[in-house]
Amino acid sequence: MATLRGKVAIVGAADTRVGIVPEFNAIGLCADAALKAMADAGIDKSQIDGLVTCNSMTEPHFYAAEVLAEYLQIFPSYCVSTSAGGGTTYTSLLQAAMAIEQGLCNTVLLVLGDCLRSGLSREQALRMQSSTGHREFEIPHGPTVPAYYALIARAHMDRYGTTAEQLAAVAVEARQHAARNPAAQKRDPITIADVLNSRMIADPLHLLDCSLVSDGGAAVILTSADRAADFPKPPVYILGAGEGHGHEHISAARSLTTSAAVESGQRAFKMAGLRAADIDVAGIYDCFTPVVLIELEDLGFCAKGEAGAFVAAGETSLQGSLPMNTHGGLLSHCHPGNPGAMFALTEMVTQLREAAGERQVLNAETALVHAQGGIMSSHATLILGRENQ
Amino acid sequence: MTGTVQKFMPASNPETAPFWEACREQRLLIQHCSHCDQYQFYPRMLCVNCMQANPDWYQASGRGKVKSWTVVRTPVSPAYADMTPYVIALIELDEGPTMMSQLRDCADSSLQSGMRVKVVFEAWSEQITMPLFIPAEADIV
Repeated sequence: MATLRGKVAIVGAADTRVGIVPEFNAIGLCADAALKAMADAGIDKSQIDGLVTCNSMTEPHFYAAEVLAEYLQIFPSYCVSTSAGGGTTYTSLLQAAMAIEQGLCNTVLLVLGDCLRSGLSREQALRMQSSTGHREFEIPHGPTVPAYYALIARAHMDRYGTTAEQLAAVAVEARQHAARNPAAQKRDPITIADVLNSRMIADPLHLLDCSLVSDGGAAVILTSADRAADFPKPPVYILGAGEGHGHEHISAARSLTTSAAVESGQRAFKMAGLRAADIDVAGIYDCFTPVVLIELEDLGFCAKGEAGAFVAAGETSLQGSLPMNTHGGLLSHCHPGNPGAMFALTEMVTQLREAAGERQVLNAETALVHAQGGIMSSHATLILGRENQ
Repeated sequence: MTGTVQKFMPASNPETAPFWEACREQRLLIQHCSHCDQYQFYPRMLCVNCMQANPDWYQASGRGKVKSWTVVRTPVSPAYADMTPYVIALIELDEGPTMMSQLRDCADSSLQSGMRVKVVFEAWSEQITMPLFIPAEADIV
């Protein structure tokens, strides 16, 4: 069977400034990220013939990709806007890779940006709260976004004995990573006690179990592996990609404690011909602390029920067996909504280029990124490597 | 949208209208497939197990257990402020399907997964009566 393994490479990657960035609206963040990624790849817009993006929440358009292409005055042969929530980034990247592999285009700009911190109106914020959930059978009861994730946190605690301290350890570790990243929105160290003493939002989730609300954008440039050597920076190859889709609404989930990350991970590892033990550094979607535990387990980094102890033991620190979210993640680097997972992707590119400075993972050759959208609904996993053989 | 913010009221459609009509009569309807003997919720035009069209409406016992729960301490919108904090729970009905609801009349300290609950109904408007749940013990008259 034909496979995408090693056929497509990331040859440019960049973030905008993140956190509170009032000088840009959503499309401005996309344009800023695009310019920086093109500069990183050493190309100009005339070489972009594929454009992939995602709608913003603050400036939704009926044809988001066309609006951005027009704004940048790019006239691509492949132009698509994808929507898979937090998983959009890797789902989009997979579509871009397929378009390249099929010869529909040569050089794709994948760019996402949004300004949830500075650009969201009160009406939009209310609408965003009610954008997830079943319109008739969930939303009317008044669940908030943290409440949906609290339901899976509670289920994991009930089933496996996971503790609030173990959830808090995920947030503490994210902040330790962010402290080494000058770009991160939150860098002041926090303790387990700080997390447990922060305001209860939806039991058992405290304020510091929840990710940030941010402005920010990021972009990557993709091309075929056989052209990758023509670009100035070391290429990062797509070795594996997989998706898994279990439900949309949490009340219809097959399980509250095991997600379709199992399937997306298995598919990505199979394509890459690798195992969890082969991964040197990971970007794991961390919109809320319990999500990280379920993903680590479902991707095979530890057995079911053991991720709480795994993180609490420091295994995801820079010195651990699986350094994770070395940029600080959604919990401490930034979370502008749908673009959230882009920053783990650009961070893994930085790690594989050995350009991460004091947060560099030594000898990082293989990276995994995983993201989910909805409430543990749509999952996408990518495995990236320095070499394409 | 000026002034008072409204609760997120369910808008029924042809597929779900019988469910909401029954709620107004204080009956909880789920669906049952006579072809494969499967119960399901939310309402659909087919059985998700065997794909047979038009599963039958079935009046559920209204009893079940809490699969997971949370206490929402920051309301989803100002319209929910007067009921805050409120408990959001996933209820596994005795017939099998799971539904999300609010759990009422239950002290935080007594909340636990697995607890028995039963349905109650609360009129939110002329059209909409919401199915909510209370601890089954509280049902004793």
